[in-house]
Amino acid sequence: MTAAGFERALDLVTRVRGVRGAMLVASDDGLVVAEQLMEGIKGPAVAALAASLGNRLRRAMEAAGIGTSPFWHLQCEHGALLVVPAASGILVVAVAEPDVNVGLVRLELLRAGEVVG
Amino acid sequence: MTTRAIEPWTLAPLKGFVKEAAVRLVLVMTPAGQVLAQSGFGRAVDVMSAAALSAAINASTVELAKQMGQPPFAGLNHQGERHGIFLSALTAGKLPLLVLAVYDLDVSSLGLVQLFYEQLATELQTASPKDAAPKQVLAADFERELGDSLNALFGR
Repeated sequence: MTAAGFERALDLVTRVRGVRGAMLVASDDGLVVAEQLMEGIKGPAVAALAASLGNRLRRAMEAAGIGTSPFWHLQCEHGALLVVPAASGILVVAVAEPDVNVGLVRLELLRAGEVVG
Repeated sequence: MTTRAIEPWTLAPLKGFVKEAAVRLVLVMTPAGQVLAQSGFGRAVDVMSAAALSAAINASTVELAKQMGQPPFAGLNHQGERHGIFLSALTAGKLPLLVLAVYDLDVSSLGLVQLFYEQLATELQTASPKDAAPKQVLAADFERELGDSLNALFGR
């Protein structure tokens, strides 16, 4: 995967209206692989905390015997965090406005996840 | 997990770092290896070894950077199979410090440690005594100082 490939994957997500930024995050170490974020979003902090949360969710689901989650969505007062884990261990993360079209973002996150591999 | 400090102003920032970054072991020390605070260590000999080795690693990387004509490296991370080791230098007031953190890979991550290390550095900078000059440890007092420090670090 090249840097241009990562950018292409992020473009899929950031072109959706209401998305304030997208990131590819290494789920093992919580570091940013690539990002397209609006000013004011703390990329490294979101990456580290989203990866930590993702790992805990994965373990909780494994412990509960309910398989893995292909998509998770955290709705907050002033926005939303939407994440798709790609097969390669990279998390595709979107930070969005509270009234974003979640279905469309989910679709583009899944597409971006396929691009990343 | 036990967290103890010789310099009281390091205790609250260190406790916060241990809790937030979910690290297993932490040392806050001078670049010479003099320990100011520790968390998670159970034996004095482990603290002394870790401090001496960290100071040596830091001295090596500082010299390596100097040889390359570069400013000192911002931090060093070594990732093993189950644990990660993070070592970085900061300045609190006028005092240069080293922080060593050991974390379990299934509990924490490099991203989390880096994130909360930045917070630790800021809090140590804020909490450090502004007018204090770095204390010199005289050779004659070294053994007594070391003994006192280890007693304080292990609550004896």
